Amino acid sequence: MSEFRGVDFFLLDELLTDEELAMREAVRTFVDREFIDNRAIEEHHRAGTFPRDLPQKLGELGVLGPTLPDEYGCLGASSVAYGLMMQELERGDSGLRSFASVQGSLCMYPIYTFGSEEQKRHYLPKMARGELVACFGLTEPDHGSDPGGMETKAVRDGDGWVLNGSKMWITNGGIADIAIVWAKTEEDIRGFIVPTDAPGFSAPSIEGKFSLRASVTSELILQDVRVGPEALLPHSGGLKSPLMCLTQARYGIVWGVIGSMMAVFDEALRYTGSRTQFDRPLSSFQLVQRKLVMMHSELTKAQLIALRLGRLKDEGKMKHYHVSFGKRNNCKAAREVAKLGRELLGANGVCDEYQVMRHLMNIESVYTYEGTNEIHTLALGAHLTGHAAFRG
Amino acid sequence: MKIFVCVKPVPDTAAKIKVGGGASIDPAGVKFVLGPYDSRAASKAIALRDAAGDGSEVVAVAAGNPNKGESEARKRIKDVLALGADRGILIPDESYENRDPLAVAKALAAAIKNEGEFDLVFTGRQAVDDQAFSVGPMLATLLGVPCVTDVVGLEVDGKTATVKRAAEGRVEVLSVNLPCVITAQRDLAEEQYPKLKEILKANKKKIDTFSFEWPAPAYRVTELSPPPEPAAGKIVGEGPDAVPELVRLLREEAKALSF
Amino acid sequence: MASKILVVAEFRGGKFKKGALECVAEAARLKNSMGGGEVTALVIGGAAAKQAAASLGKQGADRVLCACADWLEHFNGDAYGRIAVAAAKAEAPSVLFISATLDGKDLAPRIAAALDVGYAPDVTKLVADGEKLTLTRPLYAGKAYATVVLETSPQVVSIRPNAVPLAESEGGDAPVSDFAVDFGPDDLASKVSSVEAAKSEKADLTEAEIIVSGGRGLKGPENFQLLEELADVLGATVGASRAVVDAGWRPHSDQVGQTGKTVSPNLYFAIGISGAIQHLAGMSTSKTIVAINKDPEAPIFKVADYGIVGDLFEVVPRLTEELKKAKAG
Repeated sequence: MSEFRGVDFFLLDELLTDEELAMREAVRTFVDREFIDNRAIEEHHRAGTFPRDLPQKLGELGVLGPTLPDEYGCLGASSVAYGLMMQELERGDSGLRSFASVQGSLCMYPIYTFGSEEQKRHYLPKMARGELVACFGLTEPDHGSDPGGMETKAVRDGDGWVLNGSKMWITNGGIADIAIVWAKTEEDIRGFIVPTDAPGFSAPSIEGKFSLRASVTSELILQDVRVGPEALLPHSGGLKSPLMCLTQARYGIVWGVIGSMMAVFDEALRYTGSRTQFDRPLSSFQLVQRKLVMMHSELTKAQLIALRLGRLKDEGKMKHYHVSFGKRNNCKAAREVAKLGRELLGANGVCDEYQVMRHLMNIESVYTYEGTNEIHTLALGAHLTGHAAFRG
Repeated sequence: MKIFVCVKPVPDTAAKIKVGGGASIDPAGVKFVLGPYDSRAASKAIALRDAAGDGSEVVAVAAGNPNKGESEARKRIKDVLALGADRGILIPDESYENRDPLAVAKALAAAIKNEGEFDLVFTGRQAVDDQAFSVGPMLATLLGVPCVTDVVGLEVDGKTATVKRAAEGRVEVLSVNLPCVITAQRDLAEEQYPKLKEILKANKKKIDTFSFEWPAPAYRVTELSPPPEPAAGKIVGEGPDAVPELVRLLREEAKALSF
Repeated sequence: MASKILVVAEFRGGKFKKGALECVAEAARLKNSMGGGEVTALVIGGAAAKQAAASLGKQGADRVLCACADWLEHFNGDAYGRIAVAAAKAEAPSVLFISATLDGKDLAPRIAAALDVGYAPDVTKLVADGEKLTLTRPLYAGKAYATVVLETSPQVVSIRPNAVPLAESEGGDAPVSDFAVDFGPDDLASKVSSVEAAKSEKADLTEAEIIVSGGRGLKGPENFQLLEELADVLGATVGASRAVVDAGWRPHSDQVGQTGKTVSPNLYFAIGISGAIQHLAGMSTSKTIVAINKDPEAPIFKVADYGIVGDLFEVVPRLTEELKKAKAG
């Protein structure tokens, strides 16, 4: 049994409902049993493989799109509960959390928000069960931080559409059954549900990643992909639509990286407590304590931010700039914590027998995707000053 | 089939237990969980109910402090409800800690008798805190039904159960008439963790309160103390000639051998 | 003040359990400290138990009651419990002892519940003040010890095996009389239909009471046979260090340590394991640790309670042999 017990310096558990605590515990146990105790995550990371039964297992557990209502096979859980689920998944590995983020926040959310009733009934229950895997195609090879510049086009063809273009850095791309593809039509940016077995659609895997190795990352290529009218998300319109999805996913990241920090901090604290140098435990040295305290402070601050953000979200008061604050701060904190953790484990820290280096490598992706630190800085800058520095 | 599962909140086995103030442990930082054996008992009870079908139910019963908002006992009942049990019974107990197992068994027996007929009662083989191994056999005695302890296998056929008991160095197979009390060993069922949907459902399931007049304790803990400091490690000797002394120390000093 | 002590003595596998003998010996010591009285042993079992019953006198039993019949040869908690309760009612002792074996822990609570008296399980230390016992018992897997008193008579106590010594000098046989059993197997709601020796299938590492782990010092996968033999004698499960798992000598499921299993058995043997921090992380909370290593400087000796410095290929076979002797003895 894993000895991980979480980190709760400011007694934040007292602010969680029993239901939220019980759900966190269930996901924590799941991650321990399925990925940590049996070393499975280490093996997937080493081999660069995605756990193929993950979608179904997460579906059974109930962490895919859990905040959506139960009439679509989801749970109607609170946003804080969702955040705690993401935290626990990412304590295992950012790849596990990334899968759930993409499936739930980036794909189920837009179908729920922009889809027709028929689309919702058709897709959401299967996606919640993990029977149908989805990916989200917004970023393009030449348009990362600037998605509005996208080149993918959707042209009307009878009552359907023809899509052309390519998408880059797409989590779940190669394993997806459907892709939520964002494309420019004559009028506006719209979202489409594209079956990945449609002629002209391919999703070559991006190889050689040093990060998120237990997660599938692909390119999406759409060459004259023909879809019917039912593929269009009828209520989508404008760049605002995909950005709303990103706000959801970023919210999950704000929590997710806390899991990464907890894993690293927990490991570093144990390690420095049990390893002896100069006849004393490492953790009795001042320089080691300083690092531990820095890690712990960053982690604790990140938790306070995430919980407040979650309550705001559940009260309907959360704004995109609140999420930018959380994503920017917590990812930066997680990167710092992983680095310090790696230092504290010395040479052992570079081996995959310990988790720190895996988290350190993963966080580089998480730091970058869903809006880089810089983009979120400028989003906050725009909110504070009224000047959007990233627009021409 | 009507099945009762009696559970107890216990400190997580990885918890650091601090003592030194009277008969209580220092509760700070101690996380309470559903006991590991209770959890297997619950899983088995739920599987039996599902196999039995219509009209069957699993009722989770726990005694514990009703105060402090949601009590630990209520939470553990909810844990069992989240695994799929149908409803719960909470027996309030103001002075829960170090409660005499016989008193607990009396309370459970009263609560179960109050429910009328039953087929099976499960308990864990032991609680991992007071390690008394007592409540199951006591409960059976008070209810006047047979009891099998340390059960690793159980099949029910009508009003008879075939039960496997893991005794010391042997496995006994018993045929037992229902109703009976079973104390669960780990192997009785696979470990289950609750699905999130069931956690949400559990919140809506009914937990009744059963009041019990707690008797004066027959067993009383007067003090808790930390374990004796382990002796510093020692090199027993060199080479195979040191072996007899090692065996002697393991038997007599460490008391680590059962023979 | 003359006191009466009843000991329910477990007879299994053709002989009295060591714990049962210890309980009789403890009862005799208690009797003496109380200035006299009577130690009565109750034996439940078949013909062999009856034959051996008188020998309890050697540990200090003054008399032995025998509830012996062929159908009682196998343990059945319901039957044994009923007999023990009847004997306790007939004898009205002030103290009732039973060894805290699994069978003892099954019976004692039934007796206490039937008599409506207090029961202290798995006691490791007893102090008598007249007839009043102050008992010590481990709780929380040995992380705390409770001082316990029982407010009723008889005081039902199960004593952990090996916690109290046998008699220093053996006495003679005790007189045996039959204890009438007023019911038969058909009166019981439970029946033992078969008893098999426990499979040699080993407990999972995380649940094993005893673990015998090997490391690179074993030199090759074939030499784990030595550890298997040792484990068989101990009823232990075999574990391994990461080094030998990575080398493919043992499956990953056997690995103890940082990325393997975290274990906390009663007794842990680290054999040919140097004790890298990764290994220690997985086993240092074991109750008793024994290290066998040829390098006296190996870090494993720092966490070991008992160490033998030497060639494991000589030490382990000897250990297996000595343990076999001890077990048989």
